[in-house]
Amino acid sequence: MAERAAVVGIGQTRYKTRRNDVSIAGLLREAVDRALEDADVSFADIDAVIIGKAPDMFEGVIMPESYLADALGAMGKPMLRVHTAGSVGGSTAIVAASHVQSGTFKRVLTVTFEKQSESNAMWALSTPQPFSVHLNAGAGGYFAPIIREYIRRSGAPDDVGIKVAVKDRRHGARNPLAHLQLPDITEQEVRDSMMLWDPLRFLEACPSSDGACAMVIAAEDSITGSKPPAWIRGVAMRSEPTMYAGREEVNPQAGRDCAADVYAQAGITNPRRDLDCAEIYVPFSWYEPMWLENLGFAAEGEGWKLTLEGATSLDAGGDIPWNCSGGVLSSNPIGASGMIRFAEAARQVRGDAGAHQVDGARLAMGHAYGGGAQFFAMWIVGADKG
Amino acid sequence: MREIAVVAYSQSPCVADAGATNEVELIMPQLQAVYSQLGLASAQDVDFVCSGSCDYLQGAAFAFVAGVDALGAVPPIKESHVEMDAAWALYEAILKIRMGHADSALIYGFGKSSPGELPIVLSQRLDPYYLAPLWLDTVSLAALQARLLLDQDLVSERDMAAVVARSRRNAMDNPLAQLAGEFSIEELLAEEHFVAPLRRADCCPVSDGAAAMVIATVEQARAWGAPYARITGIDQRIENHNPCLRDLTDSVSTRQAAAAAGVHRGPVDVAEIYAPFSHQEILLTRALGLDDSTLVNPGGGVLAGNLMMASGLSRVGEVFRRIVDGKAGRGVAHATSGPCLQHNLVAVLEGA
Amino acid sequence: MSEPLADVTGIKAPVYLKYRFTAGSAPARFLCRLKEGVLTGQRCPRCSNVYIPPRGSCPACGVPTEDEVVLSDKGTIQSFTIVSIPIPGNPIQPPYVVANIVPDGANISFIHLLSECVNEEVHIGQRVQALWKPAEEWGHAMDNIRYFRPLDEPDVPVERIGKLPVTGLEG
Repeated sequence: MAERAAVVGIGQTRYKTRRNDVSIAGLLREAVDRALEDADVSFADIDAVIIGKAPDMFEGVIMPESYLADALGAMGKPMLRVHTAGSVGGSTAIVAASHVQSGTFKRVLTVTFEKQSESNAMWALSTPQPFSVHLNAGAGGYFAPIIREYIRRSGAPDDVGIKVAVKDRRHGARNPLAHLQLPDITEQEVRDSMMLWDPLRFLEACPSSDGACAMVIAAEDSITGSKPPAWIRGVAMRSEPTMYAGREEVNPQAGRDCAADVYAQAGITNPRRDLDCAEIYVPFSWYEPMWLENLGFAAEGEGWKLTLEGATSLDAGGDIPWNCSGGVLSSNPIGASGMIRFAEAARQVRGDAGAHQVDGARLAMGHAYGGGAQFFAMWIVGADKG
Repeated sequence: MREIAVVAYSQSPCVADAGATNEVELIMPQLQAVYSQLGLASAQDVDFVCSGSCDYLQGAAFAFVAGVDALGAVPPIKESHVEMDAAWALYEAILKIRMGHADSALIYGFGKSSPGELPIVLSQRLDPYYLAPLWLDTVSLAALQARLLLDQDLVSERDMAAVVARSRRNAMDNPLAQLAGEFSIEELLAEEHFVAPLRRADCCPVSDGAAAMVIATVEQARAWGAPYARITGIDQRIENHNPCLRDLTDSVSTRQAAAAAGVHRGPVDVAEIYAPFSHQEILLTRALGLDDSTLVNPGGGVLAGNLMMASGLSRVGEVFRRIVDGKAGRGVAHATSGPCLQHNLVAVLEGA
Repeated sequence: MSEPLADVTGIKAPVYLKYRFTAGSAPARFLCRLKEGVLTGQRCPRCSNVYIPPRGSCPACGVPTEDEVVLSDKGTIQSFTIVSIPIPGNPIQPPYVVANIVPDGANISFIHLLSECVNEEVHIGQRVQALWKPAEEWGHAMDNIRYFRPLDEPDVPVERIGKLPVTGLEG
């Protein structure tokens, strides 16, 4: 019943710690202008604008879409602001797609961003409340115990996280937009980096970046631009509570259900075989093996073997490269990180991923998660309409 | 396009301070109320859930994440959130149903504004480099707008007092209202100015509370056997947020949304207009192209109680309620967001 | 005058907003009992799981919870991390152990500090007990418990973590 829709334009900023050469609006325009140019359209061709970002407290601007409406060419148009925690980049793409897939609009602009340097994100996440202790351990402090439990269960050797950290940074070195440019990074360097939240080391954690990512999504009869469109073959979102008795935190059901839903839409029965590559939200190295299992690329307890075999590495010629763009481990403007995964999946099937292109990629997955690994958003894009 | 209807709605009373009640405790009674209207057990019985809220009202990042604890989201559900009034969550849910990924949806909005000073908090919604550092609060901005209307003789202080008097009177029959009573125009005009030319009564109160709604395809609504009102049009438009860069005496985006939603394709028996300030009700009534044949804000509107982040959804809910109660055949609901009516949503509802 | 202007790369615009935080009625009851040195949870009327700190709902079932349950200050480590990252404004000196601890009688863990332990010997399933501050320092806050410390009891098998009665492993 859904109308066909495709990504026809993609624009990203260069990601870095501090973009003090641009305002928030200027940062967004950098991505938006590139997306419009990529789609060969102008603001006049856009029917609606869908914007997403993580908590407003990261920049200290409440509902910043108010102020950004004119810079985004939204005047006189519908505008929607999505916020689903860390998965927001993915959710925003899905909500934007629904504007077209519902048959309501022909062409929409969607953009997500974070300019963390404008405020103090660690503070924003740690407003004190009396019923929990103020350990200020950050996101790593939350996820490290879950990773420890994964290691206990799977019996994975302790260098799996190190391998992921090296692989994604080497991928990132192929991507000129990536925040971290570490072409010569070694396993020893990762191992020697400071242990932050045992078992997570400094180089196994994502950076904090400023940046924005934008896409133009169009209906089948409104395709523009000289590059091939990336057809949206499936979209899915799932949520579950942060904490509940018996919750499976290592392998969350919301992630498994979301993947099953999106695979069914795209006719995927074996993701490792059917997909050519994937852009998966891996902010901490160990989440690669964990998500390999959660998303059905490997059996439970076996994900780390794919990582060690090099199956997910473009450099090692793996059969299912993950995060060829460098992933969240190389660039992390939180609110945009999910959309970057979705957009990078689209770049692959458009054959437009430059030095991190997977040869002949026809079907790719974009993935985002947020909160306590409780909010999931995923899409499958293809070179074929399906 | 699939025909979609409102099938259930509930709103909490508007109270100045919900005291020791957290988000979950605010939301849950409204969810239980809409479930019971349809015989549902939990959010598991609808296909999609979407909510609207704002972290800054409570002053904690991810305030909406706590809302998920009210849903019974085990097994996991299809769920999304807008950092906007829940009227826009309704808009997102309608798109989801239109594309065939859901036949029904639960929408809720909640706001606990009492912990902070809402007009001051919302000043930080302005351009962060030029306007927000001036701490321009929302009441002062609305006062600038009222001054323009008064000076151009588009509205008089008496007109504004008449809006307030009608709101207070209508609210006497609304058990959920925060402010109600019989006031004469003269009495209201005798009050001192608060932020001139606005008097305190020209400004909506700040309220804590929540609202919930269920929408569904007409087929699903019939299957549930509950009375319903069809959403025959919905549209939303935004303008420049800077009050210096648009004509504050009109609401162009409301006119655009009203035209696109098809407000004028039939008679409008009732209109629920989200006007946080008395002069804005007059301005919006004109922008919506309504005349004396339309009953405006029969429950007192938001001047009688304003659930920030839920009032827009409630406007739709109130029109639904009048239609299913047989008091109206066709109605218009309006929601607004941003300084001086920057962003406006218009929905048209009609009987089954 | 056409002197070249310096680039403006930032302005300082401090945001000061005051909030009168309210915990909610279920957390407020929890905090009042905590001030008396008692850990309490709430039991879900549908799935019978006990939540701490109680939020007033069972997040799994989406139903209100009211039945108050007194819990033990002994518990089990569900998982943990050793934090080595220094965080500005945090008085605790790294490295320190942050653990997810399930108190006996509850079915969910909360995060707290673990101390008086050899960091390298901390493990999943380890038994721990709260060390409370002196009673005269108790307030409406979780840091009435200064930290948890290891208890000389046998480890809890992984499959039983989060399922112990209030009387503990032998109960």
